[in-house]
Amino acid sequence: MFDETLQEARRQAEICNACRYCEGYCAVFPAMFEHRSFDDADLTQLANLCHNCRGCYYACQYTEPHEFALNLPQALAETRQASWQEFAWPRAFAPVFERAGLAIAAGLVVGFALLFWLAAALRPASGEGFYAVMSHGLMVAIFAPAFLLPLAAMAVSVRRYWRFVGGGRPAISALWQATRAAGAMTNLAGGHGEGCNFEDEDRYSNLRRYLHQATLYGFLLCFAATTAGTIMHYGFALKAPYAFFSLPKLLGVTGGILLCAGTAGLAWLKMGARADLGVARLWGGEMAFVVLLFSVSFTGLLLYAATGSSDVRVLLPLHLATVLTFFLLIPYSKMAHGFYRMAALMQDAAQKGRA
Amino acid sequence: MADRAVNAAPDILVVGGGNAALCAAISARRAGASVLILERAPKPYRGGNSRHTRNFRCMHAGPLGQLTDIYDEGEFFDDLIKVTGGKTDEALARLTIRRSESCYSWMQDNGVRFQPSLSGTLSLSRTNAFFLGGGKALVNAYYRTAAALGVEIVYDARVDHLEFDGRVRRVMATVDEQQITLCPRAVIVASGGFQADIDWLASAWGEAARNFLIRGTPYNRGEVLKDLLGQGIESVGDPTQCHAVAIDGRAPKYDGGIVTRLDCVPFSIVVNNAARRFYDEGEDVWPKRYAIWGRLVAAQPDQVGYAIIDAKSRELFMPSVFPPVTADTIEGLAGKMGLPAETLAKTVSEFNAACQDGPFQPTELDGLSTKGLNPPKTNWARPITEPPFFGYELRPGVTFTYLGLKVDDTAQVQGPDGPVVNLWAAGEIMAGSILGQGYLAGFGMAIGTVFGRLAGEGAADYVR
Repeated sequence: MFDETLQEARRQAEICNACRYCEGYCAVFPAMFEHRSFDDADLTQLANLCHNCRGCYYACQYTEPHEFALNLPQALAETRQASWQEFAWPRAFAPVFERAGLAIAAGLVVGFALLFWLAAALRPASGEGFYAVMSHGLMVAIFAPAFLLPLAAMAVSVRRYWRFVGGGRPAISALWQATRAAGAMTNLAGGHGEGCNFEDEDRYSNLRRYLHQATLYGFLLCFAATTAGTIMHYGFALKAPYAFFSLPKLLGVTGGILLCAGTAGLAWLKMGARADLGVARLWGGEMAFVVLLFSVSFTGLLLYAATGSSDVRVLLPLHLATVLTFFLLIPYSKMAHGFYRMAALMQDAAQKGRA
Repeated sequence: MADRAVNAAPDILVVGGGNAALCAAISARRAGASVLILERAPKPYRGGNSRHTRNFRCMHAGPLGQLTDIYDEGEFFDDLIKVTGGKTDEALARLTIRRSESCYSWMQDNGVRFQPSLSGTLSLSRTNAFFLGGGKALVNAYYRTAAALGVEIVYDARVDHLEFDGRVRRVMATVDEQQITLCPRAVIVASGGFQADIDWLASAWGEAARNFLIRGTPYNRGEVLKDLLGQGIESVGDPTQCHAVAIDGRAPKYDGGIVTRLDCVPFSIVVNNAARRFYDEGEDVWPKRYAIWGRLVAAQPDQVGYAIIDAKSRELFMPSVFPPVTADTIEGLAGKMGLPAETLAKTVSEFNAACQDGPFQPTELDGLSTKGLNPPKTNWARPITEPPFFGYELRPGVTFTYLGLKVDDTAQVQGPDGPVVNLWAAGEIMAGSILGQGYLAGFGMAIGTVFGRLAGEGAADYVR
């Protein structure tokens, strides 16, 4: 599997293993230095553990023009990307990773057209708020499968990853440690808490870490808002629209603002960051994904602001199209990184426990 | 660089761009002087040999940052005397040691970050403070601090000549192939040794030096050192000596750095290209012997050695940057390494026959010695019998040269008639003033930091 990519990662890891100066930056290096040689599984695990903070690149005395030509962030990003395609399920969708920009654009256009047409064709006779534009039943009919099927596909992929890297029975303690590491983004803290080297060569900054946290927590709050709404709807027969001081709205508005700010900031940082310390050919697709996440939250907030106006008839299908595109692409876009990263952090915690 | 004019009359010109130069520049700038750094290397290679370092040795009266326990002046000095065999200027050495303690927080204040002692390093956690990310990260931090303070930095800038009339009057340099003349009020030279000038090495050491590998930067060519010594500036250190260690023979000619080290020798037999052993491989633990092996290999035909181990020793030392040559038989290994197969087989079988039974302790002197073999192997002597067999080529790798400028305890350079009033030196270019032979891990960075700061402060005082 992806032999050339792995071969290059192996070459670089062997040089790193003879140097070890970067041991303090992140979890990748202590894990790497447990090995004497690197098989495909070792490299795949290390690649998915790497958060692309770039500290090691700027500290490295062997980067080009040195003949060793080390660029570990790039080698691990390539390996990571290749591994996601290798584990993608169904396999036929793996190439979507390479065409994320196109997939997102197509998803938005087709999704909007479809939803707008459905909303017009199946306009409910009655209904309040959004349900005046599209019925609850129709939304569930579209979004339940559009969410659950990609999630199931993602689960298959992560399971394949887990088996490949030799993960044992998942332990609660490992899950807890992984959650803590992801929650605090400790691997973007640079080892000294001053952050990563994403903005201006070797200058440390926590900006990317904080923007990513805003994105992560914003996303989780939005998800919690939807979950709260679902529970209120089915569990307590409390139906939308909800007032501002309700769980779905408070969670959703807070999350939406965080997600907007986080993704806008990340997109802005990405504009100035060196593309060649990641997978340069996928820069556009990754950027498209960040913009898609921004659109999900931004159209959501717009929709809320437009409540009661006729704009809802356009904004609702637009927002739903962004959500639909996002859901469908979970296993085949940058979103997959969150699942693999959690698995890699868990495996790392388990390996540390065994060591 | 060409699109902007270099300040031709800074208060202080710093020649060089490694640790000592940066410490000097930052100190001088903080004291209020205007400072220009001329770094010979292009930006990606800036920092001289400092980019290959990983720690500095630091005295401390109690736990200090990442440093544990106590490391006092007496113990530090004793450690130094052990490796230099007494070839040490005691006053300057003690000055370096005493001032190293305050360097820790000074370095932090100027952007350097420390990390715990690296895995696979000897127990240096008490004596040596490791830079997070290594020497290049330290250099990056200093450049960033210097730039923020307003130090002017020019890369690809070679200093050709310092012109004296009792003091330094003018400095000629080449920047972007254009010759420029500078009139700084004071000059700090911190441009390293001359180990990258192979012709100079060969004239000092002999033709064998042409086969040496240079572990550090190709830009330490000693041009400024040569220019100053040619004008009667006082020198110290043995001009014919360099510090060389045995490294991986497949390393690049220059700049291989830390990864080219090989720690396999104590668990191996080492033969020359006639497949014969020439020295006791088990004389002492490797950190105390790697420098000796640089010289031993340098004395062999074609300046090359071959360390041979078997499968049972493979995991006993730090991984090598290049995989070893591997074969299932000793003859096969000889073939792959270009050694006479019959002789190698004989050397190995004689060695094996001389091995004795006894407990093997890889981490300490275990006394497991050969019997009746010349030269003997006095520790870790286990028969080489278990395939696959592994071979590593060894060559001398030059770390630094000892010849340097004589300085006093203010880092001031000494001319024929006493101190040159506006010339200071720091780092490898004057380390010979303190270190006459041998080396103590992290001491070069201690000298560079201490004398860089002294030079910067002294020069800033002078121009005030």
